Amino acid sequence: MMRPISFSKPLILIALLFLLSGVGCTAQAAPASSPPTFDTGIDPNAWVQVPAGEFLMGLHNHEVMVAHDYEIMVTHVTNTQFAAFLNEALADGSIKQTEAGVVGYYPGDPFDGYKHEEKIEAGDWLLFPVNHPDARIRQENGAFVVLPGYENHPATMMTWFGARAYCEYYGWRLPTEEEWEKAARGEDGRAYPWGDEIDESNANYYKSHDPFERPNTPGDTTPVGFYNGKSYNGFQTMNSPSPYGLYDMAGNVWQWTSDDPPKTHLRYLKGGSFMDYAYNLRSWTRNSASPEYFSIAVGFRCAR
Amino acid sequence: MEALKQRYTYLFHSTKGLVLVAIALIALETVFFGMLSGPMAELGVRDVWVRITGMQLHPLEREARIIMLYHTIAMAVVAIEVYFITGLLKMSDRQRANINATITVGYITAMIFGMWFAYFGRNFIMHGLFIFGQSLVFFAGVMLAVALWPWKPEYRLPEDSPYAKLGTLDLERLAFWVMAVATLGSAIYGAAAGANFGNGFELFLAEDTIREVEKTKLELAVIGHLHIMLTLIAVAIMLIVGRWVDFKGRLHTIYAWLTIIGTLIITAGVWIIVVYRAIAHIIINVGSLPVLLAAFLLTYFTWRKLVRVGLAKRGLTPDQASFGQKLRAMLHDPLPWGATWQMIYMNAVVTAIGIFLAVRLDEEVRKWPWREERVTLTGHWHILAGIIATIILLYYADLAGLKGRARRWFGWTVIIASDIAFAAVSLFATKRLYVSESQQQPLVNWTMWLTDAGLFLVLLMLGLLMVWRLVDLFKGEGRWKHELEHPELDVFGKEVEA
Repeated sequence: MMRPISFSKPLILIALLFLLSGVGCTAQAAPASSPPTFDTGIDPNAWVQVPAGEFLMGLHNHEVMVAHDYEIMVTHVTNTQFAAFLNEALADGSIKQTEAGVVGYYPGDPFDGYKHEEKIEAGDWLLFPVNHPDARIRQENGAFVVLPGYENHPATMMTWFGARAYCEYYGWRLPTEEEWEKAARGEDGRAYPWGDEIDESNANYYKSHDPFERPNTPGDTTPVGFYNGKSYNGFQTMNSPSPYGLYDMAGNVWQWTSDDPPKTHLRYLKGGSFMDYAYNLRSWTRNSASPEYFSIAVGFRCAR
Repeated sequence: MEALKQRYTYLFHSTKGLVLVAIALIALETVFFGMLSGPMAELGVRDVWVRITGMQLHPLEREARIIMLYHTIAMAVVAIEVYFITGLLKMSDRQRANINATITVGYITAMIFGMWFAYFGRNFIMHGLFIFGQSLVFFAGVMLAVALWPWKPEYRLPEDSPYAKLGTLDLERLAFWVMAVATLGSAIYGAAAGANFGNGFELFLAEDTIREVEKTKLELAVIGHLHIMLTLIAVAIMLIVGRWVDFKGRLHTIYAWLTIIGTLIITAGVWIIVVYRAIAHIIINVGSLPVLLAAFLLTYFTWRKLVRVGLAKRGLTPDQASFGQKLRAMLHDPLPWGATWQMIYMNAVVTAIGIFLAVRLDEEVRKWPWREERVTLTGHWHILAGIIATIILLYYADLAGLKGRARRWFGWTVIIASDIAFAAVSLFATKRLYVSESQQQPLVNWTMWLTDAGLFLVLLMLGLLMVWRLVDLFKGEGRWKHELEHPELDVFGKEVEA
């Protein structure tokens, strides 16, 4: 008589343990609801000047010269500002609306025929997807409006073309990667805009426990300039501007920059977001995406 | 004093003792620095741990710390494989002792002083000792290559040998030798870049440069180095498992040739990347196929042997047994079954995903943000490294003498828990294929939970195994004494076949 082999007992028990303990982990994402409303006191229409000069750039702190003075926005462009742009530019015909969303003309990128190079031809490109379920800006009765509570949060879900179109509409431009990084970390080679240490009171990053995080979501945006030393319903922030006085140069949402890297045309994104671990918020961290890409974790600010 | 001396002799002079020490040190290092990982940071453990230990974690040095951490663990893994090889293959006692002593001093020196330098201040004497330790590991590798030289008359096989041979040349030994020489050459690739550090070369994590079109030759050398080293570590463990299960017969000849040819082609493909990047990937893919086929042949042989051994233990022959009895017999011992199953499973969670992402690079992956692509890359090689680690663990559990119920629980837990973790990591890394960012959190939560739970169970099994062997060391007549007196590494199924 063959004795039954007992391999199946541990096998079944281990499998069952996994299955049982995974049951509580499949809840659906919480429905979007109005976030808490806070006035940070930081003016999203403000600009600061960054003087020409050398600064330390990248992981290896290379000395890089920015040969010109420039101004850059103190905060991300907010939902209110971006909605106003959509309404104004659509009204005067600078941009137009199609089934795909709001589109605008872009003169195209030079194409080198490189392997994996994306072809960006002259023509109309998507700026902003209309009424996407993840967008904080909705179109109602022909006008773009901001979901209540998100007015002073950074605008998201615009493509690189959309960010560029916004800046150019007002006679400005997107910052280059060099300009962005200098504005973020100043000249002394610090890792974050405020210094070399980071904790939950400095910036909005993944699981940083800000008042806008909800269960079963990847987090959410915080109002621009949120980390300014104020306390919000008991959540104490530390005043965390960059050396030039910019806010949110680390965390909240990634920021489009203007560079067109040859042979790929994937645009650089800087600063990290509420969906990233803290180390991604280091000022030299480079992300990139197709200029057609849009995301709940991507926004921008302008330079001039 | 004599008792201490005996235990020292066991731990630092016997194959099983040396492997035990290396696994224990890797386990300690993993636990110690695992406290800095993402999940631990989320739980707040990381900050407390940094305060308690006094670690100095400047954000500018994160990449450098990680690179040193990888290297110290890799050195210990290479040492374990070298111990297995010196224990399994014929060589003189003097060669065996010299190789084992050199690599032991090397990896322990690199591990202690490398981690000291990386995490506890910038004392450059420590960095020098880290480099010195790695140099000793390399030198031990040179001695191993010399010891493995397959054309030596005493290593020739008899005419009637059932093992792979060309004339009387031992092809499996040749495969070990090719792997060892390829590893030495590939180590030089990394060392060449490292030697130029501060002189035109700057450190980087390979996954951070995936979208940089222009790469310097030294950067390409580093990227080639890390890929080929992991591949060769995988080839080495496959060859070691082949010895463990005593692979022989006609298939063994095919297996040995496939391994030799595949190893040579992959290595050539990686080495060529510095000068001729355009076709390097094609060569590497061509070379990977024979090695994967070799792993399939090894698995086929092992599972058939498991059936024979499992049935023989119950007084049956394959002709007498039903399909169900054969299946049960095949699964009767999770250690050799799992070691080979992991090689097959690797194709699902490493090879298939790698091929899919490469094929869909322009249509899918390059549409994602860089950071998302980066996750797929780190997931990819972490899984491969994890699979190699589980195979080593399963083999060591056999050498350590796990029997009966403990053997089955250990084996099945390691296999199932690790495979669930690897599957979960694969799902997490490729999540953008199935779910949008705003809807991803439930998927992120349960894949991370399964990953953490799976890895925790594997580490728990490892911890229990280590505690068992630690307790054993306090016994006057423990297993360690028996292993010291009988240092040979047993072949799976030998008693039944005899």
